[in-house]
Amino acid sequence: MHRKITVKALTLVFFLFSIASFAIDKSEEEKAHLTEKTKEQREKEVEEYIPHHLLDSHDFSLFSYTSDDGEHVYFGFPLPVILWDNGLNVFMSSKFHHGETIAKSGENYYKLDHGKIYKTDAAGTITYDADHHATNSKPLDFSITKNVFTVMMVGLLMFFMFSRMAKAYKNNESMPKGMGRLLEPLVIYIRDDIARPNIGEKHYKRYMSYLLTVFFFIWIINLLGLTPLGINVTNNIAITFCLAIITYIITTATAKKDYWKHIFWMPGVPTPMKFILMPIELLGTFIKPFSLMIRLYANITAGHIVLMSILGMIFIAQNWLGGSLSFLLAMVLGILELLVAALQAYIFTMLSALYFGSAVEEHDHH
Amino acid sequence: MDKLIGDFSVGLFFWQLVLFVGLVLLLKKFAWKPILDSVNEREDGIKNALASAEDAKKEMQNLNASNEQLLKDARAERDALMKDAREIKDKMISDAKEEAKEVTSKLIENAQASIEQEKQAALAELKKQVAELSIGIAETVIKKELTSKEDQLKLVEGILKEVTLK
Repeated sequence: MHRKITVKALTLVFFLFSIASFAIDKSEEEKAHLTEKTKEQREKEVEEYIPHHLLDSHDFSLFSYTSDDGEHVYFGFPLPVILWDNGLNVFMSSKFHHGETIAKSGENYYKLDHGKIYKTDAAGTITYDADHHATNSKPLDFSITKNVFTVMMVGLLMFFMFSRMAKAYKNNESMPKGMGRLLEPLVIYIRDDIARPNIGEKHYKRYMSYLLTVFFFIWIINLLGLTPLGINVTNNIAITFCLAIITYIITTATAKKDYWKHIFWMPGVPTPMKFILMPIELLGTFIKPFSLMIRLYANITAGHIVLMSILGMIFIAQNWLGGSLSFLLAMVLGILELLVAALQAYIFTMLSALYFGSAVEEHDHH
Repeated sequence: MDKLIGDFSVGLFFWQLVLFVGLVLLLKKFAWKPILDSVNEREDGIKNALASAEDAKKEMQNLNASNEQLLKDARAERDALMKDAREIKDKMISDAKEEAKEVTSKLIENAQASIEQEKQAALAELKKQVAELSIGIAETVIKKELTSKEDQLKLVEGILKEVTLK
Protein backbone atom coordinates (compact mmCIF):
# COMPACT_ATOMS: atom_id res chain seq x y z
CA MET A 1 0.00 0.00 0.00
CA HIS A 2 2.74 2.40 1.01
CA ARG A 3 4.79 1.44 -2.00
CA LYS A 4 1.88 2.28 -4.25
CA ILE A 5 1.61 5.75 -2.75
CA THR A 6 5.33 6.28 -3.10
CA VAL A 7 5.24 5.20 -6.72
CA LYS A 8 2.36 7.57 -7.35
CA ALA A 9 4.19 10.44 -5.70
CA LEU A 10 7.33 9.75 -7.68
CA THR A 11 5.35 9.57 -10.88
CA LEU A 12 3.78 12.91 -10.08
CA VAL A 13 7.15 14.49 -9.42
CA PHE A 14 8.55 13.03 -12.61
CA PHE A 15 5.54 14.25 -14.51
CA LEU A 16 5.93 17.78 -13.16
CA PHE A 17 9.60 17.79 -14.07
CA SER A 18 8.87 16.57 -17.56
CA ILE A 19 6.23 19.28 -18.03
CA ALA A 20 8.73 21.89 -16.99
CA SER A 21 11.44 20.57 -19.25
CA PHE A 22 8.94 20.21 -22.04
CA ALA A 23 7.96 23.79 -21.52
CA ILE A 24 11.53 24.97 -21.72
CA ASP A 25 12.17 22.90 -24.83
CA LYS A 26 9.10 24.19 -26.51
CA SER A 27 9.56 27.82 -25.66
CA GLU A 28 13.15 27.69 -26.80
CA GLU A 29 12.22 25.92 -29.96
CA GLU A 30 9.43 28.35 -30.63
CA LYS A 31 11.65 31.26 -29.94
CA ALA A 32 14.29 29.98 -32.27
CA HIS A 33 11.66 29.26 -34.86
CA LEU A 34 9.95 32.63 -34.52
CA THR A 35 12.79 35.06 -34.38
CA GLU A 36 16.45 34.34 -34.40
CA LYS A 37 17.39 36.53 -31.47
CA THR A 38 20.83 37.95 -31.11
CA LYS A 39 22.95 37.03 -28.16
CA GLU A 40 22.44 40.48 -26.63
CA GLN A 41 18.69 40.12 -26.88
CA ARG A 42 18.80 36.75 -25.17
CA GLU A 43 21.00 38.15 -22.43
CA LYS A 44 18.57 40.95 -21.85
CA GLU A 45 15.65 38.54 -21.78
CA VAL A 46 17.31 36.35 -19.16
CA GLU A 47 18.31 39.39 -17.17
CA GLU A 48 14.73 40.58 -17.10
CA TYR A 49 13.29 37.18 -16.43
CA ILE A 50 15.23 36.46 -13.23
CA PRO A 51 13.92 39.32 -11.04
CA HIS A 52 10.51 38.78 -12.54
CA HIS A 53 10.61 35.15 -11.50
CA LEU A 54 11.62 36.10 -7.98
CA LEU A 55 8.58 38.35 -7.60
CA ASP A 56 5.26 37.35 -6.21
CA SER A 57 2.45 37.21 -8.73
CA HIS A 58 -1.30 37.46 -8.70
CA ASP A 59 -1.88 34.23 -10.59
CA PHE A 60 -0.47 30.76 -10.22
CA SER A 61 1.35 30.03 -13.45
CA LEU A 62 3.81 27.18 -13.58
CA PHE A 63 5.36 28.31 -16.85
CA SER A 64 4.62 30.41 -19.88
CA TYR A 65 5.67 30.41 -23.50
CA THR A 66 5.07 32.42 -26.61
CA SER A 67 2.81 30.66 -29.08
CA ASP A 68 3.16 30.64 -32.85
CA ASP A 69 1.11 33.81 -33.26
CA GLY A 70 3.27 35.73 -30.81
CA GLU A 71 0.82 35.46 -27.92
CA HIS A 72 1.96 34.65 -24.37
CA VAL A 73 0.43 31.41 -23.21
CA TYR A 74 0.39 30.75 -19.49
CA PHE A 75 0.03 27.37 -17.91
CA GLY A 76 -1.64 27.78 -14.53
CA PHE A 77 -4.71 29.20 -12.87
CA PRO A 78 -5.85 32.63 -11.68
CA LEU A 79 -6.08 33.59 -7.99
CA PRO A 80 -8.49 35.95 -6.25
CA VAL A 81 -7.50 39.60 -5.98
CA ILE A 82 -8.65 41.34 -2.81
CA LEU A 83 -8.18 45.12 -2.75
CA TRP A 84 -9.06 47.66 -0.11
CA ASP A 85 -9.66 50.94 -1.88
CA ASN A 86 -12.32 52.81 0.11
CA GLY A 87 -14.28 49.59 0.04
CA LEU A 88 -13.58 45.99 -0.71
CA ASN A 89 -12.91 44.97 -4.31
CA VAL A 90 -12.69 41.28 -5.01
CA PHE A 91 -12.18 39.75 -8.42
CA MET A 92 -10.17 37.03 -10.09
CA SER A 93 -6.73 37.83 -11.37
CA SER A 94 -7.73 36.46 -14.76
CA LYS A 95 -9.20 39.92 -15.36
CA PHE A 96 -5.69 41.31 -15.72
CA HIS A 97 -4.72 38.78 -18.40
CA HIS A 98 -1.25 38.72 -16.89
CA GLY A 99 -0.93 42.47 -16.89
CA GLU A 100 -1.99 42.85 -20.48
CA THR A 101 -5.43 44.32 -19.77
CA ILE A 102 -7.03 46.67 -17.28
CA ALA A 103 -9.31 45.17 -14.66
CA LYS A 104 -12.51 46.98 -13.81
CA SER A 105 -14.02 46.37 -10.42
CA GLY A 106 -17.00 48.47 -9.39
CA GLU A 107 -16.13 52.06 -10.29
CA ASN A 108 -12.40 51.56 -10.23
CA TYR A 109 -9.86 50.50 -12.82
CA TYR A 110 -6.73 48.62 -11.88
CA LYS A 111 -3.62 47.71 -13.80
CA LEU A 112 -0.75 45.36 -13.06
CA ASP A 113 2.72 46.85 -13.44
CA HIS A 114 5.76 44.76 -12.47
CA GLY A 115 3.68 42.56 -10.23
CA LYS A 116 2.02 45.43 -8.40
CA ILE A 117 -1.55 46.63 -8.73
CA TYR A 118 -2.01 50.34 -9.44
CA LYS A 119 -5.16 52.37 -9.61
CA THR A 120 -5.65 53.72 -13.05
CA ASP A 121 -8.29 55.13 -15.42
CA ALA A 122 -10.25 53.44 -18.16
CA ALA A 123 -7.41 53.94 -20.60
CA GLY A 124 -4.93 52.37 -18.21
CA THR A 125 -2.41 55.19 -18.10
CA ILE A 126 0.45 54.73 -15.72
CA THR A 127 2.76 57.62 -15.06
CA TYR A 128 6.37 57.08 -14.15
CA ASP A 129 8.82 59.25 -12.30
CA ALA A 130 12.44 59.80 -13.21
CA ASP A 131 13.54 56.47 -11.66
CA HIS A 132 10.93 54.61 -13.68
CA HIS A 133 8.75 54.07 -10.63
CA ALA A 134 5.02 54.21 -11.17
CA THR A 135 3.47 57.20 -9.43
CA ASN A 136 -0.13 56.02 -9.57
CA SER A 137 -1.81 55.43 -6.23
CA LYS A 138 -1.76 51.87 -4.96
CA PRO A 139 -4.78 50.28 -3.28
CA LEU A 140 -4.10 48.11 -0.23
CA ASP A 141 -3.50 44.74 -1.74
CA PHE A 142 -4.67 41.76 0.31
CA SER A 143 -4.85 39.44 -2.66
CA ILE A 144 -4.37 35.74 -2.38
CA THR A 145 -1.19 35.87 -4.41
CA LYS A 146 0.90 32.95 -5.53
CA ASN A 147 2.91 33.16 -2.33
CA VAL A 148 -0.13 33.41 -0.10
CA PHE A 149 -1.61 30.46 -1.94
CA THR A 150 1.60 28.50 -1.47
CA VAL A 151 1.71 29.35 2.23
CA MET A 152 -1.86 28.08 2.52
CA MET A 153 -0.98 24.88 0.72
CA VAL A 154 2.11 24.33 2.86
CA GLY A 155 0.04 25.03 5.96
CA LEU A 156 -2.53 22.45 4.86
CA LEU A 157 0.18 19.97 3.99
CA MET A 158 1.86 20.43 7.36
CA PHE A 159 -1.43 20.18 9.16
CA PHE A 160 -2.33 16.92 7.50
CA MET A 161 1.16 15.53 7.81
CA PHE A 162 1.57 16.24 11.49
CA SER A 163 -1.98 15.66 12.67
CA ARG A 164 -1.85 12.28 10.95
CA MET A 165 1.44 11.61 12.64
CA ALA A 166 -0.10 12.54 16.00
CA LYS A 167 -3.05 10.24 15.33
CA ALA A 168 -0.74 7.39 14.43
CA TYR A 169 0.86 7.71 17.86
CA LYS A 170 -2.49 7.45 19.54
CA ASN A 171 -3.50 4.36 17.60
CA ASN A 172 -0.14 2.70 17.80
CA GLU A 173 0.83 2.86 21.47
CA SER A 174 3.14 5.85 21.14
CA MET A 175 5.14 4.31 18.34
CA PRO A 176 5.67 6.28 15.13
CA LYS A 177 4.22 4.94 11.94
CA GLY A 178 4.70 5.71 8.25
CA MET A 179 5.60 9.36 7.77
CA GLY A 180 6.14 9.73 11.52
CA ARG A 181 9.20 7.51 11.36
CA LEU A 182 10.84 10.05 9.08
CA LEU A 183 9.62 13.13 10.93
CA GLU A 184 10.09 11.95 14.50
CA PRO A 185 13.89 12.14 14.49
CA LEU A 186 13.60 15.72 13.25
CA VAL A 187 11.07 16.61 15.92
CA ILE A 188 13.28 15.04 18.58
CA TYR A 189 16.35 16.72 17.12
CA ILE A 190 14.71 20.12 17.44
CA ARG A 191 13.67 19.34 20.97
CA ASP A 192 16.94 17.81 22.18
CA ASP A 193 19.53 19.72 20.19
CA ILE A 194 17.92 23.09 19.57
CA ALA A 195 15.33 23.84 22.25
CA ARG A 196 16.73 22.10 25.32
CA PRO A 197 20.34 23.30 25.25
CA ASN A 198 19.48 26.85 24.19
CA ILE A 199 16.37 27.57 26.22
CA GLY A 200 16.90 25.32 29.17
CA GLU A 201 15.08 22.36 30.62
CA LYS A 202 12.72 24.54 32.63
CA HIS A 203 11.20 26.71 29.92
CA TYR A 204 11.74 24.99 26.60
CA LYS A 205 8.30 23.38 26.42
CA ARG A 206 6.53 26.72 25.90
CA TYR A 207 8.49 27.42 22.73
CA MET A 208 8.37 23.98 21.14
CA SER A 209 5.25 24.64 19.04
CA TYR A 210 6.71 27.74 17.44
CA LEU A 211 10.16 26.24 16.90
CA LEU A 212 8.80 23.08 15.31
CA THR A 213 6.36 24.96 13.11
CA VAL A 214 8.91 27.51 11.95
CA PHE A 215 11.50 24.84 11.18
CA PHE A 216 9.23 22.65 9.10
CA PHE A 217 7.56 25.66 7.48
CA ILE A 218 10.81 27.21 6.29
CA TRP A 219 12.27 23.90 5.26
CA ILE A 220 9.27 22.75 3.25
CA ILE A 221 8.79 26.12 1.63
CA ASN A 222 12.50 26.36 0.77
CA LEU A 223 12.34 22.93 -0.81
CA LEU A 224 9.27 23.96 -2.79
CA GLY A 225 11.31 26.88 -4.07
CA LEU A 226 13.75 24.40 -5.56
CA THR A 227 11.12 22.47 -7.49
CA PRO A 228 10.43 23.55 -11.06
CA LEU A 229 7.02 24.79 -9.93
CA GLY A 230 8.48 28.28 -9.84
CA ILE A 231 7.40 29.02 -6.29
CA ASN A 232 9.54 31.36 -4.24
CA VAL A 233 8.23 32.30 -0.86
CA THR A 234 11.15 32.72 1.50
CA ASN A 235 12.83 35.21 -0.83
CA ASN A 236 10.07 37.67 -0.01
CA ILE A 237 11.10 40.17 2.59
CA ALA A 238 7.51 40.31 3.87
CA ILE A 239 7.58 36.60 4.70
CA THR A 240 10.92 36.66 6.49
CA PHE A 241 9.98 39.93 8.20
CA CYS A 242 6.82 38.30 9.48
CA LEU A 243 8.70 35.28 10.82
CA ALA A 244 11.36 37.45 12.40
CA ILE A 245 8.81 39.73 14.03
CA ILE A 246 7.02 36.74 15.53
CA THR A 247 10.33 35.64 17.03
CA TYR A 248 10.84 39.17 18.33
CA ILE A 249 7.34 39.37 19.82
CA ILE A 250 7.67 35.97 21.51
CA THR A 251 11.10 36.92 22.89
CA THR A 252 9.83 40.22 24.23
CA ALA A 253 6.56 38.90 25.56
CA THR A 254 8.07 35.99 27.45
CA ALA A 255 11.17 37.81 28.68
CA LYS A 256 11.91 37.57 32.39
CA LYS A 257 13.10 40.31 34.72
CA ASP A 258 16.75 39.40 34.20
CA TYR A 259 16.47 40.01 30.45
CA TRP A 260 15.25 43.58 30.91
CA LYS A 261 17.75 44.18 33.66
CA HIS A 262 20.58 43.20 31.37
CA ILE A 263 19.33 45.61 28.75
CA PHE A 264 18.57 48.68 30.82
CA TRP A 265 20.83 48.30 33.82
CA MET A 266 23.64 45.89 33.05
CA PRO A 267 24.84 44.43 36.33
CA GLY A 268 28.53 44.18 37.10
CA VAL A 269 29.74 47.22 35.13
CA PRO A 270 30.45 50.76 36.37
CA THR A 271 27.50 53.13 36.37
CA PRO A 272 28.60 55.34 33.43
CA MET A 273 29.02 52.18 31.36
CA LYS A 274 25.45 51.23 32.16
CA PHE A 275 24.26 54.35 30.33
CA ILE A 276 26.42 53.55 27.33
CA LEU A 277 25.35 49.92 27.24
CA MET A 278 21.65 50.69 27.49
CA PRO A 279 21.11 51.94 23.91
CA ILE A 280 23.49 49.31 22.54
CA GLU A 281 21.66 46.48 24.26
CA LEU A 282 18.30 47.92 23.27
CA LEU A 283 19.41 48.18 19.66
CA GLY A 284 20.69 44.62 19.90
CA THR A 285 17.21 43.32 20.60
CA PHE A 286 16.08 44.75 17.25
CA ILE A 287 19.17 43.73 15.33
CA LYS A 288 18.77 40.11 16.34
CA PRO A 289 15.43 39.54 14.59
CA PHE A 290 16.52 41.88 11.78
CA SER A 291 19.48 39.61 11.09
CA LEU A 292 17.11 36.65 11.07
CA MET A 293 14.99 38.35 8.45
CA ILE A 294 17.89 39.39 6.21
CA ARG A 295 19.75 36.10 6.52
CA LEU A 296 16.89 33.95 5.33
CA TYR A 297 15.85 36.40 2.63
CA ALA A 298 19.35 36.94 1.29
CA ASN A 299 20.38 33.31 1.29
CA ILE A 300 17.35 32.11 -0.59
CA THR A 301 17.30 35.05 -3.00
CA ALA A 302 20.99 34.73 -3.76
CA GLY A 303 20.63 31.00 -4.30
CA HIS A 304 17.80 31.52 -6.74
CA ILE A 305 19.55 34.29 -8.62
CA VAL A 306 22.76 32.32 -9.01
CA LEU A 307 20.97 29.14 -9.97
CA MET A 308 18.81 30.92 -12.52
CA SER A 309 21.73 32.88 -13.91
CA ILE A 310 23.57 29.66 -14.55
CA LEU A 311 20.50 28.11 -16.11
CA GLY A 312 20.08 31.28 -18.16
CA MET A 313 23.60 30.83 -19.50
CA ILE A 314 22.35 27.73 -21.31
CA PHE A 315 20.03 29.93 -23.33
CA ILE A 316 22.60 32.63 -23.83
CA ALA A 317 25.44 30.36 -24.86
CA GLN A 318 23.34 28.02 -27.00
CA ASN A 319 26.19 25.67 -27.70
CA TRP A 320 26.99 22.22 -26.41
CA LEU A 321 29.98 23.25 -24.32
CA GLY A 322 28.36 26.17 -22.52
CA GLY A 323 25.13 24.27 -22.17
CA SER A 324 26.61 21.17 -20.62
CA LEU A 325 28.97 23.13 -18.38
CA SER A 326 26.10 25.27 -17.14
CA PHE A 327 24.01 22.19 -16.62
CA LEU A 328 26.74 20.55 -14.56
CA LEU A 329 27.25 23.69 -12.52
CA ALA A 330 23.52 24.13 -12.04
CA MET A 331 23.22 20.56 -10.85
CA VAL A 332 25.99 20.97 -8.27
CA LEU A 333 24.47 24.26 -7.15
CA GLY A 334 21.07 22.62 -6.98
CA ILE A 335 22.46 20.06 -4.55
CA LEU A 336 24.05 22.86 -2.55
CA GLU A 337 20.73 24.69 -2.50
CA LEU A 338 19.05 21.58 -1.11
CA LEU A 339 21.49 21.79 1.77
CA VAL A 340 20.94 25.53 2.13
CA ALA A 341 17.17 24.97 2.27
CA ALA A 342 17.55 22.79 5.35
CA LEU A 343 20.42 24.80 6.78
CA GLN A 344 18.51 28.09 6.71
CA ALA A 345 15.53 26.47 8.38
CA TYR A 346 17.89 25.10 11.01
CA ILE A 347 19.65 28.43 11.54
CA PHE A 348 16.41 30.33 11.86
CA THR A 349 15.08 27.86 14.40
CA MET A 350 18.39 27.66 16.23
CA LEU A 351 18.78 31.43 16.56
CA SER A 352 15.14 31.87 17.55
CA ALA A 353 15.72 29.31 20.30
CA LEU A 354 18.86 31.17 21.32
CA TYR A 355 16.95 34.46 21.62
CA PHE A 356 14.18 32.78 23.59
CA GLY A 357 16.86 31.29 25.79
CA SER A 358 18.33 34.70 26.52
CA ALA A 359 14.86 36.00 27.35
CA VAL A 360 14.18 33.39 30.02
CA GLU A 361 17.72 32.92 31.25
CA GLU A 362 18.13 33.32 34.97
CA HIS A 363 21.49 34.76 35.87
CA ASP A 364 23.27 34.18 39.11
CA HIS A 365 23.53 37.49 40.81
CA HIS A 366 27.04 38.72 40.47
CA MET B 1 17.50 48.89 0.79
CA ASP B 2 15.18 51.02 -1.30
CA LYS B 3 14.33 47.99 -3.37
CA LEU B 4 13.74 45.93 -0.25
CA ILE B 5 11.23 48.41 1.10
CA GLY B 6 9.69 48.77 -2.35
CA ASP B 7 9.29 45.01 -2.58
CA PHE B 8 7.65 44.79 0.81
CA SER B 9 4.10 43.67 0.34
CA VAL B 10 1.73 44.54 3.16
CA GLY B 11 -0.81 42.03 1.90
CA LEU B 12 1.69 39.21 1.89
CA PHE B 13 2.84 40.19 5.37
CA PHE B 14 -0.73 40.23 6.59
CA TRP B 15 -1.58 36.85 5.14
CA GLN B 16 1.65 35.29 6.30
CA LEU B 17 1.06 36.58 9.84
CA VAL B 18 -2.52 35.30 9.94
CA LEU B 19 -1.77 31.99 8.28
CA PHE B 20 1.40 31.31 10.19
CA VAL B 21 -0.01 32.15 13.61
CA GLY B 22 -3.06 30.07 12.75
CA LEU B 23 -0.80 27.23 11.68
CA VAL B 24 1.22 27.39 14.90
CA LEU B 25 -1.94 27.31 17.02
CA LEU B 26 -3.58 24.53 14.99
CA LEU B 27 -0.46 22.40 14.93
CA LYS B 28 0.04 22.99 18.64
CA LYS B 29 -3.36 21.58 19.41
CA PHE B 30 -3.57 18.81 16.85
CA ALA B 31 0.03 17.82 16.27
CA TRP B 32 2.83 19.06 18.46
CA LYS B 33 1.18 18.50 21.80
CA PRO B 34 0.06 14.92 21.12
CA ILE B 35 3.32 14.10 19.34
CA LEU B 36 5.55 15.47 22.07
CA ASP B 37 3.36 13.92 24.75
CA SER B 38 3.58 10.55 23.06
CA VAL B 39 7.32 10.85 22.62
CA ASN B 40 7.74 11.89 26.24
CA GLU B 41 5.49 9.11 27.40
CA ARG B 42 7.46 6.60 25.40
CA GLU B 43 10.77 7.94 26.63
CA ASP B 44 9.56 7.85 30.21
CA GLY B 45 8.34 4.32 29.63
CA ILE B 46 11.72 3.27 28.28
CA LYS B 47 13.48 5.03 31.13
CA ASN B 48 11.26 3.34 33.70
CA ALA B 49 11.65 -0.03 32.02
CA LEU B 50 15.41 0.35 32.05
CA ALA B 51 15.39 1.44 35.67
CA SER B 52 13.21 -1.46 36.73
CA ALA B 53 15.39 -3.86 34.73
CA GLU B 54 18.39 -2.47 36.58
CA ASP B 55 16.55 -2.88 39.88
CA ALA B 56 15.63 -6.45 39.02
CA LYS B 57 19.24 -7.14 38.14
CA LYS B 58 20.40 -5.71 41.43
CA GLU B 59 17.78 -7.70 43.29
CA MET B 60 18.92 -10.83 41.51
CA GLN B 61 22.46 -10.07 42.52
CA ASN B 62 21.40 -9.52 46.10
CA LEU B 63 19.42 -12.73 46.01
CA ASN B 64 22.38 -14.60 44.62
CA ALA B 65 24.63 -13.12 47.23
CA SER B 66 22.28 -14.03 50.04
CA ASN B 67 21.87 -17.51 48.57
CA GLU B 68 25.59 -17.89 48.58
CA GLN B 69 25.75 -16.63 52.16
CA LEU B 70 23.06 -19.08 53.19
CA LEU B 71 24.91 -21.90 51.51
CA LYS B 72 28.12 -20.86 53.17
CA ASP B 73 26.44 -20.65 56.55
CA ALA B 74 24.85 -24.03 56.06
CA ARG B 75 28.14 -25.52 55.08
CA ALA B 76 29.85 -24.00 58.10
CA GLU B 77 27.10 -25.23 60.34
CA ARG B 78 27.35 -28.70 58.89
CA ASP B 79 31.10 -28.65 59.37
CA ALA B 80 30.67 -27.55 62.95
CA LEU B 81 28.09 -30.26 63.54
CA MET B 82 30.35 -32.86 62.01
CA LYS B 83 33.22 -31.71 64.14
CA ASP B 84 31.12 -31.81 67.29
CA ALA B 85 29.87 -35.23 66.40
CA ARG B 86 33.36 -36.47 65.79
CA GLU B 87 34.50 -35.02 69.08
CA ILE B 88 31.60 -36.58 70.93
CA LYS B 89 32.28 -39.88 69.24
CA ASP B 90 35.95 -39.75 70.12
CA LYS B 91 35.14 -38.76 73.65
CA MET B 92 32.60 -41.53 73.95
CA ILE B 93 35.08 -44.08 72.65
CA SER B 94 37.84 -42.88 74.90
CA ASP B 95 35.45 -42.76 77.86
CA ALA B 96 34.29 -46.26 77.11
CA LYS B 97 37.83 -47.44 76.78
CA GLU B 98 38.72 -45.84 80.11
CA GLU B 99 35.73 -47.34 81.79
CA ALA B 100 36.40 -50.73 80.33
CA LYS B 101 39.98 -50.53 81.46
CA GLU B 102 38.88 -49.56 84.92
CA VAL B 103 36.30 -52.32 85.04
CA THR B 104 38.77 -54.94 83.83
CA SER B 105 41.44 -53.83 86.19
CA LYS B 106 38.90 -53.93 89.00
CA LEU B 107 37.77 -57.36 87.84
CA ILE B 108 41.33 -58.56 87.67
CA GLU B 109 41.98 -57.12 91.09
CA ASN B 110 38.89 -58.79 92.44
CA ALA B 111 39.85 -62.01 90.77
CA GLN B 112 43.35 -61.78 92.17
CA ALA B 113 41.95 -61.00 95.57
CA SER B 114 39.52 -63.87 95.44
CA ILE B 115 42.25 -66.15 94.06
CA GLU B 116 44.43 -65.09 96.97
CA GLN B 117 41.56 -65.65 99.30
CA GLU B 118 40.83 -69.02 97.77
CA LYS B 119 44.46 -69.83 97.94
CA GLN B 120 44.59 -68.81 101.61
CA ALA B 121 41.48 -70.78 102.27
CA ALA B 122 42.87 -73.76 100.37
CA LEU B 123 46.14 -73.48 102.25
CA ALA B 124 44.29 -73.21 105.52
CA GLU B 125 42.20 -76.21 104.52
CA LEU B 126 45.33 -78.04 103.53
CA LYS B 127 47.01 -77.15 106.78
CA LYS B 128 43.96 -78.24 108.64
CA GLN B 129 43.79 -81.46 106.69
CA VAL B 130 47.51 -82.03 107.13
CA ALA B 131 47.12 -81.41 110.82
CA GLU B 132 44.14 -83.72 110.93
CA LEU B 133 46.06 -86.24 108.87
CA SER B 134 49.02 -85.89 111.15
CA ILE B 135 46.81 -86.27 114.15
CA GLY B 136 45.17 -89.27 112.53
CA ILE B 137 48.49 -90.80 111.72
CA ALA B 138 49.69 -90.02 115.13
CA GLU B 139 46.54 -91.50 116.58
CA THR B 140 46.89 -94.63 114.51
CA VAL B 141 50.49 -94.87 115.34
CA ILE B 142 49.78 -94.41 118.94
CA LYS B 143 46.95 -96.99 118.70
CA LYS B 144 49.23 -99.52 116.97
CA GLU B 145 51.96 -98.95 119.46
CA LEU B 146 49.59 -99.89 122.09
CA THR B 147 48.76 -103.21 120.49
CA SER B 148 52.08 -104.63 119.38
CA LYS B 149 55.57 -103.71 119.56
CA GLU B 150 56.52 -105.37 116.42
CA ASP B 151 53.85 -103.71 114.42
CA GLN B 152 54.76 -100.49 115.95
CA LEU B 153 58.26 -100.82 114.70
CA LYS B 154 57.15 -101.89 111.29
CA LEU B 155 54.90 -98.91 111.06
CA VAL B 156 57.53 -96.49 112.07
CA GLU B 157 59.81 -98.16 109.62
CA GLY B 158 57.18 -97.86 106.95
CA ILE B 159 56.49 -94.23 107.72
CA LEU B 160 60.07 -93.41 107.74
CA LYS B 161 60.52 -95.17 104.45
CA GLU B 162 57.65 -93.18 103.01
CA VAL B 163 59.02 -89.97 104.40
CA THR B 164 62.47 -90.51 103.01
CA LEU B 165 61.01 -91.53 99.70
CA LYS B 166 59.07 -88.34 99.57
